[in-house]
Amino acid sequence: MSEPVLQVSNLTTTFGHQGSAVTAVDCIAFNVMPGEVLGLVGESGSGKSVTLRSIMRLMPHHSAVTGRVLWQGRDLLQMTEPELRRVRGGEVSMIFQEPTTALNPVLPVRVQIEENLRAHTTLTGAERAARSLELMDLVGISDAKRRLAQYPHQFSGGMRQRVMIAIALASTPKLLLADEPTTALDVTIQDQILKLILDLRDELKMSVVLVTHDLGVVAATCDRMAVMYAGRIVESGAVADVFGEPNHAYTRGLLGSVPRSGTERSPLLSIEGTPPGLMSRPSGCAFHPRCDFATDRCRSQSPALQAMSPGHEAACFHSDRVKAAGMTGS
Amino acid sequence: MTDLQALLSVQNVAKAFPFPRSLIQRLRGAPAQAVHALNGVSLDVMRGETLGIVGESGCGKSTLARCLVRLHDCDGGRVLFGDTDIATLSGPARRAFNARVQMIFQDPYSSLNPRMRVRQILAEALSVHQMRPADQIPDRIAELLNLVRLPPDAAEKYPHEFSGGQRQRIGIARALAVEPQVLVADELVSALDVSVQAQVVNLLLQLQDQLQLTVVFVAHDLRLVRHISHRVAVMYLGKVVEVGPTEALFSAPRHPYTQALLAAAPEMDPNRRTRRVAAKGELPSPVNLPQGCLFNTRCPHAFERCFKERPVLSAGANGDHLSACHLPTGQPHVL
Repeated sequence: MSEPVLQVSNLTTTFGHQGSAVTAVDCIAFNVMPGEVLGLVGESGSGKSVTLRSIMRLMPHHSAVTGRVLWQGRDLLQMTEPELRRVRGGEVSMIFQEPTTALNPVLPVRVQIEENLRAHTTLTGAERAARSLELMDLVGISDAKRRLAQYPHQFSGGMRQRVMIAIALASTPKLLLADEPTTALDVTIQDQILKLILDLRDELKMSVVLVTHDLGVVAATCDRMAVMYAGRIVESGAVADVFGEPNHAYTRGLLGSVPRSGTERSPLLSIEGTPPGLMSRPSGCAFHPRCDFATDRCRSQSPALQAMSPGHEAACFHSDRVKAAGMTGS
Repeated sequence: MTDLQALLSVQNVAKAFPFPRSLIQRLRGAPAQAVHALNGVSLDVMRGETLGIVGESGCGKSTLARCLVRLHDCDGGRVLFGDTDIATLSGPARRAFNARVQMIFQDPYSSLNPRMRVRQILAEALSVHQMRPADQIPDRIAELLNLVRLPPDAAEKYPHEFSGGQRQRIGIARALAVEPQVLVADELVSALDVSVQAQVVNLLLQLQDQLQLTVVFVAHDLRLVRHISHRVAVMYLGKVVEVGPTEALFSAPRHPYTQALLAAAPEMDPNRRTRRVAAKGELPSPVNLPQGCLFNTRCPHAFERCFKERPVLSAGANGDHLSACHLPTGQPHVL
């Protein structure tokens, strides 16, 4: 087994000042292997986007990020700004949910792609122009020459997302961080973009961390997945293993909340209540107020991630009962 | 649970939203342009059924929902409620129609008045439609809250004190207050988290059985639509391209667009993934519609006739599964 490209350990992100600080990401750890697509799944407020932004140090000033983010042996969190600038947008690139707000509306697409080339490569002007054309082809935008001169508003949502991917790929990154890249898109366009990301992963030998709330997207694209709840990873493993046999009550409920064929019009295995807010994290296991399996122990103690089988971890005191309950109604 | 009686009948309905033209543009004689949201939609809603309407953004599904409750007046065609053209209704008759056909909106944040307590929101619906004498309104409010599984003390709270899922329950209670026959739900759960979606969907299914409701469920989520609908209509660029019983439509889709849409939706099974792109290209602009079949710009099977003549909905071997496509039925479509 090769070395992981990214090793995240004890990553904690808090907002606000001592006394009134809220914890958005609570001591999480994960690795990303070369060429792997890791899915980070969770509902709104689970901390999945904050995790991604913390890795890239894109957090506002009133937040504090601690822990270690080892990128090829160097800690991103300890780097100076100039060092970080070489990695960010260079070796590690990021794409965002809303291509409309992530692109600059007053600059033609050509300028925005070449900006990244200028920052992270030594190409000459003519080479940059040629490389921009190549990148537009790579992400599947036809008529590249004419399109490069256009502004973001002249592109459709799916095409804007392709432009953003082209910008992210300009520096030939080794790791792509994608924050809900298809959430704003229609299903046929989502399908195109996800498959584009997979093709580029193969072609450019990069790793991908994909943040999403859509379990279907995880099933269709990721190799491994980590499920987040209230700022912590509650279960992680190979996608087929986690879908096949969830070990955490939350994962089970989440998978059961999505309708499947063959069970039409029967009640879904829903989770009662709503995800907790950052200000009101429950004691012990944060999921216990919504959990059908909760006991007194869950209310007082917080379970740690434990290996359930090789490569499959869960943080649940009652994973045996969860597994025994299977995926049928509670 | 369904009989063959159409409760609402949409007949060749068209709706366009013209762009405003400036005085100068008008003096210069610039052509009037419009977004053609609905281009001749025909569809029946049967008593007691759940009719799912699916399609991607811009396909006209929300406009159709709004035409059903007469939030929009149609430009062409008509919507019949029973035997009555709803465009002809006015005064008390229109109010009676509004009470029979109720809408639940997508956004639980903007569809409830933030300055009104839940009690006031529900009481308003009850008093506008004169459903109950004033002294019975508090009891009815308690009954409605119980119906949508909200605690009795919810009545005295404001919408901002509730989560998104609870707000959608308030929206459902408000719609049910006037004892409608038909609920038109436009993207009922798409603003909610997955785990909360399931709660609301379970509630809707249960209320439908309990109150014998007819439901029009407009959504972009194919899995949800499949889960709750008896029949499904697929829309593309303001046309219904396919309509049929849920199982038939999902297991043997006839229209190439339906096939692409189903193939594009990610499977919940990681062992059944594919790398083939389901549909190339993008939705054409609804301002300048293609000639002939509206899907011909993206269809892998398009032939000469598709560019000249717009296909109409027609039945194949089974009478109740209609598709608007020139391809001979039964031809195996390979994508």
